[in-house]
Amino acid sequence: MNVVTPFEGIGASVRRKEDLRFLSGRGRYTADIDRPGQAHAYILRSPHPHAAIRGIDATAARAMPGVAAVFTGADMAAGKVGGLPCGWGVKNKDGSPMAEPPHPVLAVDRVRHVGDPVAVVVAATRAQARDAAEAIVVDYAPLPAVATIEEALRPGAPAVHDEVAGNLCFDWHLGDKAVTDAAFAKADRVVTFELVNNRLIPNAMEPRAAIGDYDPSADEHTLYTTSQNPHVIRLLMGAFVLGIPESRLRVVAPDVGGGFGSKIYHYAEEAIVTWAAARLERPVKWVADRTESFVSDAHGRDHVTRAELALDGEGNFLGLRVATRANMGAYLSTFAPSIPTYLYGTLLAGVYRTPAIYVEVKAVFTHTVPVDAYRGAGRPEATYLLERLVDVAAAETGIDRIALRRRNLVSQFPHQTPVALEYDSGNHAATLEAALRAADWDGFESRRAEAKARGKLRGIGVSTYLEACGLAPSHLAGQLGARAGLYEVGTIRFHPTGSVTVLTGSHSHGQGHETTFAQLVADRFGLPVSQVEVVHGDTGKIPFGMGTYGSRSLAVGGNAMAMAMDKIVAKGRRIAAHLLEAAVEDVEFEGGKFRVAGTDREKTIGEIAMAAYVPHNYPLAEIEPGLEETAFYDPKNFTYPGGCHVCEVEIDPETGHVQVVNFTAADDFGRVINPMVVEGQVHGGVAQGVGQALLEACVYDADGQLLTGSIMDYNLPRAEDLPSLSLSHHDTPCLTNPLGVKGCGEAGAIGSPPAVINAVVDALRERGVRHVEMPATPARIWGIIHGGGPKGAPAIAAA
Amino acid sequence: MYDFAYHKPGSIADAVKILTDDPEARPISGGQTLLPALKHRLAHPTALVDLSGIAELRGIQRDGDRLVIGAMTKHYEIQTSDVVKTAIPALAKMAGNLGDTQVRNRGTMGGSLSNNDPAADYPAAAMALNATFRTDRRSIPADEFFQGMFATALEPGELLVAIEFPIPTKAGYAKMRNPASRYVMAGVFVAKLADGSVRVAVNGAGPGVFRQEEMEAALAKSWSADAIAGIRQDPDGLNGDIHGSAEYRAHLVGVMAKRALAEAG
Repeated sequence: MNVVTPFEGIGASVRRKEDLRFLSGRGRYTADIDRPGQAHAYILRSPHPHAAIRGIDATAARAMPGVAAVFTGADMAAGKVGGLPCGWGVKNKDGSPMAEPPHPVLAVDRVRHVGDPVAVVVAATRAQARDAAEAIVVDYAPLPAVATIEEALRPGAPAVHDEVAGNLCFDWHLGDKAVTDAAFAKADRVVTFELVNNRLIPNAMEPRAAIGDYDPSADEHTLYTTSQNPHVIRLLMGAFVLGIPESRLRVVAPDVGGGFGSKIYHYAEEAIVTWAAARLERPVKWVADRTESFVSDAHGRDHVTRAELALDGEGNFLGLRVATRANMGAYLSTFAPSIPTYLYGTLLAGVYRTPAIYVEVKAVFTHTVPVDAYRGAGRPEATYLLERLVDVAAAETGIDRIALRRRNLVSQFPHQTPVALEYDSGNHAATLEAALRAADWDGFESRRAEAKARGKLRGIGVSTYLEACGLAPSHLAGQLGARAGLYEVGTIRFHPTGSVTVLTGSHSHGQGHETTFAQLVADRFGLPVSQVEVVHGDTGKIPFGMGTYGSRSLAVGGNAMAMAMDKIVAKGRRIAAHLLEAAVEDVEFEGGKFRVAGTDREKTIGEIAMAAYVPHNYPLAEIEPGLEETAFYDPKNFTYPGGCHVCEVEIDPETGHVQVVNFTAADDFGRVINPMVVEGQVHGGVAQGVGQALLEACVYDADGQLLTGSIMDYNLPRAEDLPSLSLSHHDTPCLTNPLGVKGCGEAGAIGSPPAVINAVVDALRERGVRHVEMPATPARIWGIIHGGGPKGAPAIAAA
Repeated sequence: MYDFAYHKPGSIADAVKILTDDPEARPISGGQTLLPALKHRLAHPTALVDLSGIAELRGIQRDGDRLVIGAMTKHYEIQTSDVVKTAIPALAKMAGNLGDTQVRNRGTMGGSLSNNDPAADYPAAAMALNATFRTDRRSIPADEFFQGMFATALEPGELLVAIEFPIPTKAGYAKMRNPASRYVMAGVFVAKLADGSVRVAVNGAGPGVFRQEEMEAALAKSWSADAIAGIRQDPDGLNGDIHGSAEYRAHLVGVMAKRALAEAG
């Protein structure tokens, strides 16, 4: 029997099992799948930000070569196709429900953003479908549009939805206003600050794709899709859009090339291909190109915030008041309402003891692509606000920025915040000090002087962060408006010869689950990682699942596996007791072996599996044959990863270019299964955070046209924009889940933007700069250095 | 991409004949601009005339006081050529710093120059070095070749065959990349030619490559950073967009000129 090698269990940096497949081009992505007889769909999209549709003439298109069908919104409505549902309801301050206007799969009489789908052509080839789409005549009557929060809230602004007064989706709040106001009344000092959290376009490496396939003999629908959560798509699309029972709808999310949140949501194209395939009795495939992704994938962030921090004379935080306006885009994407509310307002305590917090959030419709979760989802917005505010407070009170942080850190656990969360564990002083030490914070001034001699402005910035991961206790999520449970499901299937298949409702789209989860199981059963296969992404194989987002896969999905493994061990002990002729309570399990305590009589888990499947000598009267267990794990609390990032930048004052020259992260992710995979997650997250801070901005012009509609104008980070990162982790186990794990997928993107901007502001401090908006582009920095900003400066270059 | 016919002629004469017979046909060299345009359906030629089968269009030679580069020579070949590195090191360095690895292994000098993207690198070198453009039918001096954004003196059907660079005594190039596309936001190529004349070419900042005559005059008198320190590029007519205003680009011209001069030594 195989024995675990010491380097493959929990804590080992096992090389990713999936990488050979990916690196050698053997990955199987949705676009790689071709179904027999399949046709191709092309979606005709609105070129207008806002227009009435007076008519659609598809006569010529329908007659073009290869065309199988053209469908419009009217056809979908006639076919009883429902609108796209929203999965989270938020209430207004007065308890009334948010505005939830319809989100048709294809626009019916009005288009509301550039990229809004208007018609679909299905043809034998993709090129034929596109040719025919160009022949569709849509009679648009353009209408005035609003692209920004400010414009949308202006009295008399054009309405995105006629039934939504003032374009206000909801006006929500959290925290005790009276207590917070009282805290401000007794403050020695109040620091006020306004800032923007820039709108981002996710840009996963793999564009979205979907294939609908219908088997008329079984009346069974299959959807292949680029999704982070196939069961959620099956539930939403089956129940709300197409009216197909789960038993006749299979959703497969095969290899997926990055999601970052943008592949959580149920998108129109999934419903379109599933519906069209059944209607035409022919598989229908749609693959987005990059240009299409820019106007059809949900965007991220886009907040404008005013915040006030109340301090006493010694620098203790007394209260925090936050007023945020958040852009929802033209329609509510699946989880959009939860992002600027429960994933944002609840995080405003951060790692600090601030006793009174009150936050109010107005969510606003605009004529732009819907906005939803993007890596971090509300938590980067909260962290950026808080950590910029603390730096501004330090500058304005004259208290050293590190001392101010140290003074206010949470150090006792559990800790109840005034914004609903109870932190179970953490050691924020340890991560702060570790990051400062690793970054040689104390030696910075000599580096600043050396840079100055070279004509460069060098700055250093620090940011702490805390995130709530492992979404979520279902009863709590339900109280807060979630319209689904947020548990996870794991199955451990031992095969007769001792290998294991793990079925998980989590979905891996770059996270390395096939390795990490295999390690988790291998460790428990004393198996080599090669004996454990992880299966995910297919509702036809996996019992159920809620998918991967919010750094939840290990914290929720991993714990479901742990519970299923407990069940396997419990059953195994009973089988072993029978085989070893001992009492169950005398059988111990360790390192993959069941042993009668105090003896050398033992059975390996492989022998137990064989006995379970070949039950010749087996207690059949008491135990069922087979060795397979499933568990649903519903978390007791969120997990609270946290840490500290330190960034050092050099600014070229002649060009305004900012280069990140050092970056240090000290994180607490709870128990770590594979340190190398965790480091990879932090690398990617930091790259995206540096991207938000220095490079990325989604810009619409005043009329609602997208100016950053390709990577020629939307600035994604490149290798040259990043230094080698200095990473360490200082883990305190999570106390509320069996594995003690917290999650690491979003931390890099949450902690890094404020560290970068704090460093940029530090570099410019001697020039009297209080704040620099993201992204800190060369033109923006140059405008600040040279005063007033360039004449007629457009959005991402303005000072 | 729309349908098109594909030709791969083996000689310049054959290529020119196809292009002359069909005014809607387009020559394709490395395809680093044309292929994306085709994929986006922004171009709809009836035919593509692939120039990669024409041996006469390739190669790098030193011809006395001139460096002659065939139009179909790839950026990577220029970047790594000992002949170029010895004759005009600034040109080899420019080739090594444009696009990315894939672009440098596909894109060609002639393709880039014929396209005359205002944000491309080579037009600055060709203009500052006073290159001569040899076509299938004539020779065109740099001052006449570039005619503004995506426009050149090439007639319909006329093929660029080779570019002749006079070997300068000093040459240097510096650029600021557009933060998003990483094309040139503002670049300056300075050259002191063998006859003692000085030429300064600006790319990226304006609607096409142009000579900065004030800097040329100053550097002709004194080849030093001090000589151009007080010269301010007029922002009037320069590009302004979400990545930077015309004023910013005008400022960068001064900074890049100084840095190009330092490169040139």
